[in-house]
Amino acid sequence: MRAFPVLTLLAAAMFAYAPIMIANAPFESTMGLVQKIFYFHVPSWFAMFTGAFICGYASAVHLFKGSRNADHYALAGAEIAVVFGLLGLITGPLWARKAWGVWWEWDVKLTLALIVWLTFLAYLLLRRFGGPGSEKLAAGLGLFGAANIPFVYYSVNWWRTIHPKTTVVPTLGPGMRGAFWFCVAAFLLLTGLIMAARIRLERQRARVDDLYLSLED
Amino acid sequence: MTFLQTVWLVVKKDLLVEFRSREILYTTAFFAVSCVLVFSFGFVQDGRAIDGAAAGILWIAVAFAGTLALGRTFERERQNETLRALLMAPCDRPAIYVAKLAGVLLLLTAVEAILVPLIALLFGAPLLAEPLMLIALLLAGTMGFAAVGTVFAAMLVRARSRDVLLPILLYPITVPVIIAGVRGTAALLQAEPDVAAARAWLSLLVFFDVVFITLALWTFEPLMTE
Repeated sequence: MRAFPVLTLLAAAMFAYAPIMIANAPFESTMGLVQKIFYFHVPSWFAMFTGAFICGYASAVHLFKGSRNADHYALAGAEIAVVFGLLGLITGPLWARKAWGVWWEWDVKLTLALIVWLTFLAYLLLRRFGGPGSEKLAAGLGLFGAANIPFVYYSVNWWRTIHPKTTVVPTLGPGMRGAFWFCVAAFLLLTGLIMAARIRLERQRARVDDLYLSLED
Repeated sequence: MTFLQTVWLVVKKDLLVEFRSREILYTTAFFAVSCVLVFSFGFVQDGRAIDGAAAGILWIAVAFAGTLALGRTFERERQNETLRALLMAPCDRPAIYVAKLAGVLLLLTAVEAILVPLIALLFGAPLLAEPLMLIALLLAGTMGFAAVGTVFAAMLVRARSRDVLLPILLYPITVPVIIAGVRGTAALLQAEPDVAAARAWLSLLVFFDVVFITLALWTFEPLMTE
């Protein structure tokens, strides 16, 4: 991808500027400084779900069309989901401890995020330890995992909820809104760049494998 | 060969093989009972079970025993290379899936028939207060668990580390089944059984079953072929 170096510089610049935007954003009324972790916490989850849905869709394409390229996207998507999910799972409890007094609560968003994260972690474990042919099996898991997301959401939602409602984002004050969407853009750009790099790596790896195989003939 | 004929033939074959030794049935049932006993030591204080333990223990025992049964069923197929033979047969692949699902479902319902009275006894839980609702919940939940489990167990037959990978893959996907099953059963176990809540959870389970069985029928063939 020719634009890769330029976009990487742009992402680096955005992340360098983000703390300035965050520091200038107004304090939230009840939580004060602690709330500012939200500017990285929520975009991490945006990135995780982006990765999860890309993995799910690419898994379906790989399973039904046999497209190897789709398999590369699925693997990259799953890795994104696990890495950014881990970021979210670390920043979340750090925030929760200060804001709610507990490290963890069995609330909708937390539980859903944990389950989805575990599903895609399982995807990576399957690809690593499943032996030959595990790409297809992992595609099956990716598809089932992505399809499962609404079910986990509704089942946990009926079970219990204390997390701030989704209506928080549209009701952000103007100072906060700017910083928030800037961070979302930075995270999504980073997601795209990491995915591009990862997919390129997988493609090269596949080419090397093909070359080895053709050499043996 | 119609779809149903294929299903019936494979189910008959599995039942025949199982009845000759009854190995999977006895070992799975005993495992489920041991699970319940272990949980008893975990959740009983001063001679009484803590509140809500019975519902959770029932479903956890079903989940653990189910995972074991799935692994054993397909291990048997793998050892005798019969799965490959089945896949080479000129019949609908989804029919093989449905037959395997039916076999696992029968096995698990047999185990549940032992578990429910045992848990009612050990935990003093009025599990038989609303028998029809409980049966419906157990059937829908077991169907959901078995539907996803059969696909995963079948596809893992050729994978390495298949024994430990099956629970790793299966449990996150079947979380909605466990939540709905436990909450639905717990609603029935209250002093005043909350049948409306149980019905709501049952509808979630049925919806899950429909979606995931459809998905399984759709993906079984691509997953099982090279």
